Amino acid sequence: MKIHEYQAKDILARYGIPIQPGRVAHTPEEAEEIARELGGPVVIKAQVYVGGRGKAGGIQFGDTPEQARAAAARVLGMDIKGLTVEKVLVVSKLDISEEYYLGIILDRKSQAPVVMVSKAGGIDIEEVAATTPEKIIQQPIDMRWGLRPFEARDILARAGLPHNVIAKGGAILAALAKAFIESDASLAEINPLALTAEGQVQAADAKILIDDNGLFRQKEYATWAESEESNPLEFEAKQEGLTYVKLDGDVGIIGNGAGLVMTTLDMVARVGGKPANFLDIGGGAKAEVMRKALTFVARDPQVKGILVNIFGGITRGEEVARGVIMAQSELPPGMPIVVRLSGTGAEEGKALLKDAGLDWGRDMREAAQKVVAAVAARK
Amino acid sequence: MSILMDSSTPVIVQGITGREGLFHTRNMMAAGTNVVGGTTPGKGGQTVEGVPVFDTVREAIAATGATASCIFVPPPGAADAIMEAATEGIELIVCITEGIPVIDMTRAILTVREAGARLIGPNCPGICTPGQGKIGIIPYQIFTPGSVGFISRSGTLTYEVVALLSEAGIGQSTCIGIGGDPIIGSTFVDYLSMFESDPGTQAVVMCGEIGGSDEEDAAEYIKSMSKPVVAFVSGRTAPPGKRMGHAGAIISGNTGTAQGKVAALQAAGVPVADTIFEIPGLVKEALTRISSVS
Repeated sequence: MKIHEYQAKDILARYGIPIQPGRVAHTPEEAEEIARELGGPVVIKAQVYVGGRGKAGGIQFGDTPEQARAAAARVLGMDIKGLTVEKVLVVSKLDISEEYYLGIILDRKSQAPVVMVSKAGGIDIEEVAATTPEKIIQQPIDMRWGLRPFEARDILARAGLPHNVIAKGGAILAALAKAFIESDASLAEINPLALTAEGQVQAADAKILIDDNGLFRQKEYATWAESEESNPLEFEAKQEGLTYVKLDGDVGIIGNGAGLVMTTLDMVARVGGKPANFLDIGGGAKAEVMRKALTFVARDPQVKGILVNIFGGITRGEEVARGVIMAQSELPPGMPIVVRLSGTGAEEGKALLKDAGLDWGRDMREAAQKVVAAVAARK
Repeated sequence: MSILMDSSTPVIVQGITGREGLFHTRNMMAAGTNVVGGTTPGKGGQTVEGVPVFDTVREAIAATGATASCIFVPPPGAADAIMEAATEGIELIVCITEGIPVIDMTRAILTVREAGARLIGPNCPGICTPGQGKIGIIPYQIFTPGSVGFISRSGTLTYEVVALLSEAGIGQSTCIGIGGDPIIGSTFVDYLSMFESDPGTQAVVMCGEIGGSDEEDAAEYIKSMSKPVVAFVSGRTAPPGKRMGHAGAIISGNTGTAQGKVAALQAAGVPVADTIFEIPGLVKEALTRISSVS
């Protein structure tokens, strides 16, 4: 799950990591008021779920409260990579003398969180990794201990950070690791970690991703979930307990099991169609789940036909067929549906579909061909 | 012959009194699996499906001599169940549970490694040796005993491909769903090496998918194998940065694409099926090549 910069900083602050004072504003007036409270120059930062907002003009400055209000007016409502800016973070401006990178990511290979530190901060770390990988120091966290302060200091020293940053920076890195582990994060970055002209060390920007599997016990963070405007259907699907990914084609696809659904998408593409979505109904789905899935997929206006591909194990074919039949009256008129059933309850399901006058395919390939042909016929 | 399990393997079910645990205990027994008991903390002393329930894995092992465990414990307690099994000396742990926090798995993996146990999954359908039994939730009726090993990151795709193999008259030695999570107990390379030394396996089918680099690692290992491997990779149409159902099925930047995996496998001399329908034909070709050599 993505969270905003101000939320990530909120988490960091709970672990004692220094951040600039500031608050979120939804209107230019609010921004002016916050700037007045803070006193001195401020930075206005767009809060959107995409990177590269600085280049897009989503970060602006104001020396006075009036300027802060004008800057916020420019940023609020701005379109950044398809997302509208609805809130800005207003913080005191730092006088930065150096910028470093601190990151922790869950690494599949080492099967542990891996700490990454670089002296080259403030810029895209993937670029550093690609061009000058020797500038990044990496070390897996031993999960029996977590990241101990001496290890954190050692990593910073190896990364070549100056003496006056090692003690404060090491404490920040160790705290970041603690925050990562206790928040069920899958990524936590401070980029840049700023050394100010006054010798302070602060998290000037932060990014945290929360592991969806950990949300059941991260109850507060779970309430932070917001719709990404580019994918309102995906957000709603999640709330409804459906695993749905929006794609840009016109053939709606529903199946059971992630691998099977992915293979079905590939098959549709293979026979000349374009998948509109990925939707996995999971194991043991009942008719009602199938009905909900179908009506959900059909809400995407691009969808011109739907393929249902089910290999029954704990999911039963007749339940699937019943769900498809239930959904029919709720679907746009003329929406072609092709069902492919195999395994448990497939014969009973096919009999039900036949009675209802619905089409099916013998196997995944035939079903894909049928739905692609039906979609083409509607163009 | 087979790898990891046969009809004599004594199995306990952790979470045996839950809905899923109970249902699949029944199915495992029907498939011939030697289920000797189960655990649910607080329900020790009960009997389900004719086998004893214990509070702890330690008690279950002491009373039954179990060497394998199948875990149906819900996500909040699943990693703890894995660690309990490993710590008490279970050799083969099959974890079906989907949705375990990844941080929990980073800890559980350490315990499994230290204990020297073998973990299949989590977020997997389990393991099945046709004609012998199964540990997990794989529908047993689609299998045919034979000499082709099968490994896959996906459950239902496993059923789909195994059904195609069975229809084509190609039997299986052992089939394993390795799990769809980013952190899993055993990877393709682990299973490939077991199949390589299993006299009952002549060839292996491997179904990979987007995300991570297990398929690329497997390609490297296959170069040193004597037995032929046929592969399939799903997710060719998946966009980058999107989690495709499985927590581990995500393309990050340029790593984890289907195209990269297919290329790595082909470079290792592995025939890669374009669609699952080509898999049986490629397996038959591979088997023919072996018999013409010997």
